[in-house]
Amino acid sequence: MTRKTTHAVLAALLWLWAGVAFAEMKLTFQDQKTALGHTIIHLHNIISVICVVIFVLVFGVMFYSIWKHRKSVGHKAAHFHENTTVEVIWTVIPFLILLVMAWPATKTLLAQRDASAPDITIKVTGYQWKWHYDYLQDGVSFYSNLATPRAQIEGKAPKGENYLLEVDREMVVPVGKKVRVLVTAGDVLHAWYVPALAVKQDAVPGYVRDAWFRVEEPGVFRGQCAELCGKEHGFMPIVVRALPPAEYDQWLSEQKSKRAAGGGEKVAAAGAVDGKATYDQICQVCHAIGLAGAPKVGDKGVWAPRLTQGEPVLVEHAIKGIRMMPPKGGNPDLSDAQVQAAVDYMVGQSK
Amino acid sequence: MEAAHGHAHGHDHEHDHIPYGIMRWVTTTNHKDIGTMYLWFSFTMFMVGGIMALIIRAELFQPGLQIVKPEFFNSMTTYHGLIMVFGAIMPAFVGFANWLIPMQIGAPDMAFPRLNNWSFWLLPPAATLLILAQFAPGGGAGVGWTLYPPLTIQQGVAMDFTIFAVHILGMSSILGSINIITTLLNMRAPGMTLMKMPLFCWTWLITAYLLIAVMPVLAGAVTMLLTDRHLDTHFFNAAGGGDPVLFQHIFWFFGHPEVYIIAIPAFGVISQIIPAFSRKPLFGYSSMVYATASIAILSFLVWAHHMYTVGMPVQAQLYFMFATMLIAVPTGVKVFNWVATMWKGSLSFETPMLFAVGFLFLFTLGGFTGLVLGITPVDVQLHDTYYVVAHFHYVMVAGALFSAFGGIYFWLPKWTGKMYDETLGKWHFWLSFIFFNLTFFVQHFLGLAGMPRRIPDYALQFADFNAISSVGAFGFGLSQLLFLYIVVKTIRSGEKAAQKQWDGADSLEWTALPSPPPYHSFVTPPVVK
Repeated sequence: MTRKTTHAVLAALLWLWAGVAFAEMKLTFQDQKTALGHTIIHLHNIISVICVVIFVLVFGVMFYSIWKHRKSVGHKAAHFHENTTVEVIWTVIPFLILLVMAWPATKTLLAQRDASAPDITIKVTGYQWKWHYDYLQDGVSFYSNLATPRAQIEGKAPKGENYLLEVDREMVVPVGKKVRVLVTAGDVLHAWYVPALAVKQDAVPGYVRDAWFRVEEPGVFRGQCAELCGKEHGFMPIVVRALPPAEYDQWLSEQKSKRAAGGGEKVAAAGAVDGKATYDQICQVCHAIGLAGAPKVGDKGVWAPRLTQGEPVLVEHAIKGIRMMPPKGGNPDLSDAQVQAAVDYMVGQSK
Repeated sequence: MEAAHGHAHGHDHEHDHIPYGIMRWVTTTNHKDIGTMYLWFSFTMFMVGGIMALIIRAELFQPGLQIVKPEFFNSMTTYHGLIMVFGAIMPAFVGFANWLIPMQIGAPDMAFPRLNNWSFWLLPPAATLLILAQFAPGGGAGVGWTLYPPLTIQQGVAMDFTIFAVHILGMSSILGSINIITTLLNMRAPGMTLMKMPLFCWTWLITAYLLIAVMPVLAGAVTMLLTDRHLDTHFFNAAGGGDPVLFQHIFWFFGHPEVYIIAIPAFGVISQIIPAFSRKPLFGYSSMVYATASIAILSFLVWAHHMYTVGMPVQAQLYFMFATMLIAVPTGVKVFNWVATMWKGSLSFETPMLFAVGFLFLFTLGGFTGLVLGITPVDVQLHDTYYVVAHFHYVMVAGALFSAFGGIYFWLPKWTGKMYDETLGKWHFWLSFIFFNLTFFVQHFLGLAGMPRRIPDYALQFADFNAISSVGAFGFGLSQLLFLYIVVKTIRSGEKAAQKQWDGADSLEWTALPSPPPYHSFVTPPVVK
């Protein structure tokens, strides 16, 4: 074999070995499960290839120059220092290349932002430090918390396969249906990001933004919060499970009957009528900081006029909703007794 | 560091006495002294910010939380960014401006020497505030250098220290910029028209305008944070009629020109080094001026590409995408012109040229990943991931920092009259180049694979590249100690440097001033043909 061939073979073997040895080292996007996701990768690849070609050309010229035009090999400097024609060419051609990139980019973006005519809509709310999912047309809602045990994080137990990417309750969606997510937040900025579904939407407290996706095949897809939101920012993952439509319908009716039985929520399932627990888990989201006009717990001045109405009236407002507050704070699975206990607790803290 | 010794070389004899001691440095109005102070301050901040980076990379070496608590990690991320941007890289280039502008235009000093002193001395108190913030009750602010509310509203008193420090740093930049513009427009020697100025001076003229335009915007933004925190305003609180995203618009209206404030002086340094080591004039001088001005103007029009995912209307995303792509055109022109300067030159590769070529190669790579990020549908996958972290470290470290290193090696002989050790300089370059790429190239893959930014712990599929990146970071950090050694060794015992140490250099500091230059140079202006 010639030297060149030997080198080529060795390089190929090295590449093969590297591919096997470093299999964990993912070099590119996660496998995409939506048509839009595939389009985005395609767009990225075209642009990257164009950039690489230009890069190789330009630095090929530079390295050639470094090799051939060195003083140490005796090259004498030329004296030219301008050339308008060449300058015009290398201004216009890049501009044209950008136009070529802009066309598919525009089409993809327009498609990405068209969340109209969804099959289902799910409200996603980011909190410090968990997500809340609310299936608006079905009355099913629940929190989704990191499920990785603290011991694994602190190195006291071996890390599981889905370390930091597992939750207690997954968001479930049907395969093949257009899912529109309405994303908001309850305290600070968060962002809902699932790489395999090509979705990232900032969660802005007080504002609702939307995004959409249509999953092509069943599976489980894991993402993370993508906007710094405080100390547990790295510990509020997202898990989306896509089920075939029949199984999804089954899951949904199970959730509805759980709620009807009053055992859907963690708090409700506990069975206790612990007002503080209900407050800490649910009501504090608005009432701790006075979000959307909610009377801040502990703020005697803002509670005093309310207390003159008598507690039963306040409990009724909490159950039925008042002004910006939806019925039961948007938690239909709470029993009236739980709401009563939470109001008791809040009033007790604010006298 | 002694800028000049007591010998006046035939220019003036009245100012033979050079002050000495601490008070020399506290009260100096001499552009050479002030430039020196900026450079030493910047290096100190580089070390402080670097240690913070190493704490970050140490925690990220393996999955799990081994070394620091998450809230401390967030604080390190925040102050690493603030200190490197405002304490290290920006003051470094102001140091170059102070040293070089008067010498390159044939002026005796800056237009406002006392203002110059204040501009510098504002920096150490500001830096102290940033460092002290770590020790405030509740710890340092853990919000990222971008300071987004509502998270910043929740922070403890360290946030107020930080806001105050940002105000002081901004004040320093604004005052310095006023000085630079006045000097460049009014004090050029007879015969030096604007289009005969060294390109380094042009880049500072343009940068100074950018600073004056946008530092007040940052000041406004952080003041609104302050009042939302303490005076019951609700600029960034929906419950009061405000919007957290308003902050992002205001911040990035500052923030995008800010990255060009960092990059443009770096372009200027490179534009002095490459012609010198190619022994050929800069190719397309006027295009370079127009391209730099275009970049500066365009930089005001693209800010929202830092916030594509906030939920803005698609028409807005489209506009910002197109405007962002457009910046690639003048930037490309500059890269082509630098390569054309080298083409058919008579090249040599001493340390300054190594850093300049390294800059050219790696800054352009960073520019390409910036273009990828500018394409909105792709950015939806990459925003707030390590791809962005990789991108901006390529342009700011392999870009601006390498340019600064190149500039130090280039001008150290002029400033000190002593030559650095060329072998050691080359070692510093190659170690920095290799470890930099080890640290940051793999971060592109982390971002593509979906690893978010600003997390102290990560899922297992990200482990291998994080380990490599951390090893690279420690290597890079240690290599900078070599740089310190080289500079100190040069000052104390370097070989005597020539007036025109680099035979291809042709600006006034090389052709008309000795090495080192007198404490007061160009007391009578030279005539420029």
